[in-house]
Amino acid sequence: MDASKADIAVAAKRTFRLGDFARNQLRNIAPFITLLALVLFFSIASPSFATLDNLENILQQVSVTGIIAVGLTFVILTAEIDLSVGAMANATAIVLTFFTLQPDYVNIGNIPMPGAVAIIFALLACFLLGLLTAFGVTRIGIPSFIMTLAMMQIGAGISAVLVRGQIAYSVPPLIQTLGSKSIAHIPWIIIVAALFLLVAHLVLTYTRFGRYVYMVGGNREAAEYSGVNTRLVVGAVMVISAMCSGVAGMIGVAYFGSAQQNEFDTFLLDAIAAVVVGGTSLFGGRGGIGNTIVGLFVLGVLNNGLDYVKIDSFLKILIRGLILLAALVINIYAERLRAPRSDGG
Amino acid sequence: MGPALLELSGISKSFGGVQALRAVDFSLKVGEIHGLVGENGAGKSTLMKIIAGVHAGYDGEMRVDGKVVHFRSSADALAAGIGMVHQELSVAPDLTVAENVFLGVQPVNRLGLVAWRSMARRASEQLNSLGLDIDPRARLGDFPIGVQQLVELSRVLFSGARIIILDEPTSALSPPEIERLFEVLIRLKRGGRSIIFISHFLEDILKVSDEITIFRNGRKVATTPVTEGINKAWIIERMIGAGREELEESYLGEIKLTSKPEAPVVLEVKDLTLAPAYRDVSFAARGGEVLGIYGFMGCGQLELARTLFGKLKPDQGSLAISGRPANLANTSAARQAGVAYVAESRRSMLFGEEPIYKNVSIAVLGRLARLVLKPDRERALAREQVKALDIRPPNVEARLRGLSGGNQQKVGLAKWLTHAPRILLLAEPTRGMDVGAKEDVVKIVRALREKGIAIVVFSTEPETVLSLADRVLVMRKGEIAHEFADEAISKDRLLAAA
Repeated sequence: MDASKADIAVAAKRTFRLGDFARNQLRNIAPFITLLALVLFFSIASPSFATLDNLENILQQVSVTGIIAVGLTFVILTAEIDLSVGAMANATAIVLTFFTLQPDYVNIGNIPMPGAVAIIFALLACFLLGLLTAFGVTRIGIPSFIMTLAMMQIGAGISAVLVRGQIAYSVPPLIQTLGSKSIAHIPWIIIVAALFLLVAHLVLTYTRFGRYVYMVGGNREAAEYSGVNTRLVVGAVMVISAMCSGVAGMIGVAYFGSAQQNEFDTFLLDAIAAVVVGGTSLFGGRGGIGNTIVGLFVLGVLNNGLDYVKIDSFLKILIRGLILLAALVINIYAERLRAPRSDGG
Repeated sequence: MGPALLELSGISKSFGGVQALRAVDFSLKVGEIHGLVGENGAGKSTLMKIIAGVHAGYDGEMRVDGKVVHFRSSADALAAGIGMVHQELSVAPDLTVAENVFLGVQPVNRLGLVAWRSMARRASEQLNSLGLDIDPRARLGDFPIGVQQLVELSRVLFSGARIIILDEPTSALSPPEIERLFEVLIRLKRGGRSIIFISHFLEDILKVSDEITIFRNGRKVATTPVTEGINKAWIIERMIGAGREELEESYLGEIKLTSKPEAPVVLEVKDLTLAPAYRDVSFAARGGEVLGIYGFMGCGQLELARTLFGKLKPDQGSLAISGRPANLANTSAARQAGVAYVAESRRSMLFGEEPIYKNVSIAVLGRLARLVLKPDRERALAREQVKALDIRPPNVEARLRGLSGGNQQKVGLAKWLTHAPRILLLAEPTRGMDVGAKEDVVKIVRALREKGIAIVVFSTEPETVLSLADRVLVMRKGEIAHEFADEAISKDRLLAAA
């Protein structure tokens, strides 16, 4: 009698613990289950989906988004947002082509430079643009939502002025290699994206700066009252985001084979979706590169898989939207599940 | 003076088991200014909120003009001619001055549209009588707090209310502004209005009131006309209670202050000004000494504390740390200069979702690691502190949110103790703590003092200051009004100085 009572008590305690665990891990578990479900669904729906070749396709398709999402992960972890990532990618790519010798029929009055110089100029461009964003957000105090909206226009403007409605094709050989060549049958672009994700993960997990990013996102006021230079941290993540976008833009142009205006417009939504679908909190402080990787896969599998099943192509946009909405609901819900105990202490 | 306009009898009110008012009687005559005094939590504001319809649930009876009333909302009270200005400023900073004066009661023309011109003119007239000559079309938020408070006052003063309740109306006002407010109050009184006036500033109360009522622990202690014999000392004696032994002990019990004039000056503040919070603040804090800075809510001490930690930038004045001029550009610079700050609310200094060790190590990460974190050293440091301060549970992986308030407060202290700071600023270090936890904090602070740290305690609670400080500065409306050093000090003297 007593023993069974004790058993019940233990069982009750265990389920409570399990519930607690699930509650706290919802933001990590949910995206993973989503990914598994999608893979399962498309594998059953189409025999040619679950192949190694298609895995390579998917990885290649999410690489550019992935590099952008790396920077965006830093930004969202500090509870800020960067809406200029697509425009920064575009502007950097076009600065790169502007300083690269183009075929004769491209008439944009550009200034050809050696490849290394063009790359440095392009990196400098996205660094300076990121610095401008950082200045606006941390020094002037413009909310990042608005500041990066302005930077989006500025990036688009730079692209428009430099490319003048035309299309540029050539990029320096190094970028050409990274964007469109393979090594041992593995496309360089996948390696570059993987490296970015790896380094970002190491920085966020094992460095002092990474800790500050999480702490600033978790409670900015407390970070400031702990003597953390929160403006420096926020400024740094804005610069990181701009530079990741810049690299993504350069390699993306080599991958796509051309540089033109508005080329990266869809990448803003995709990158935000990848970070948020992965489970990184929109309120900052929770999540990380691991989440972003899962989010990228969810997005990649979804985009790729929908091509393998017979669905009205116009319906695909709607389906993507609905899945993004579901992820957002889970993101907010995960936050709220944790909240009830927030005032208990 | 006329007959009773407002009468309350046997009013009791409790908030979740805490008795805020116990069978209080109160009456207000037509054409009188009635001053209300009492300590924080004595029940003054609660009673006023009942009269103004904010608290609908209470025991007892309220009569206006002899008729029993029971207000369900502040709109009910307003309809019965009762208006209240609450302690917390409640203006709409983005609206114009005139819109604020007529908030909710904008005059309209025949078409039902807001009559902007007449509204501006009438606002201007009303503000003029309070001595304010400002453009009624300007945005209110652009004016200093004092002006905003006057605008809020004018909203109620000229609303036509027969009974006007003012809760701490003078806290943000300059002496000339207070003078003008008093003139208006007296004019309104002569016009037959009745005014209830709550203030911590006893001089203000004595100056303007016809009668005063004193509250203590939810009870009315005395109501008396203001006559020759009624002075500050008389009021304080009743506010703090001369009847009960232990109470008397805590209020009149004297604590001997012993400053350390020979100890080295660690923090020197000269003519520090940050408008409108405080001005011309100068003092020195010495190593191994606890300096208490006491003052009422809103006297500028919290802003002063934040300035010393680099969170706020002063308009003028200078700081020196260990004799060297310090320009604290941000909190990070302050930390590097050896300043530590324990904030007044746990929410603003701790990370609820993170384990104890991350909460402790955040302030010393730079010392532990330039680039790569050393989690083992973080945990070791945290374990030392958890043991030294007896933090429970003694598990550095425990998430902070699960800890009790007192233990959270200790974690907030612990993060500054792994490497002793030169200056430790404590804002309301014992607010909301139980007796045991308070004693722990006192012990910790004493131990730190022995290490030669200069400690500055900022508090609005006299007990906190008295239990910790070796020397006390009293701030009053943004200025240092008094210094207690090397003398015996009691709560009543502290209150009298503020």
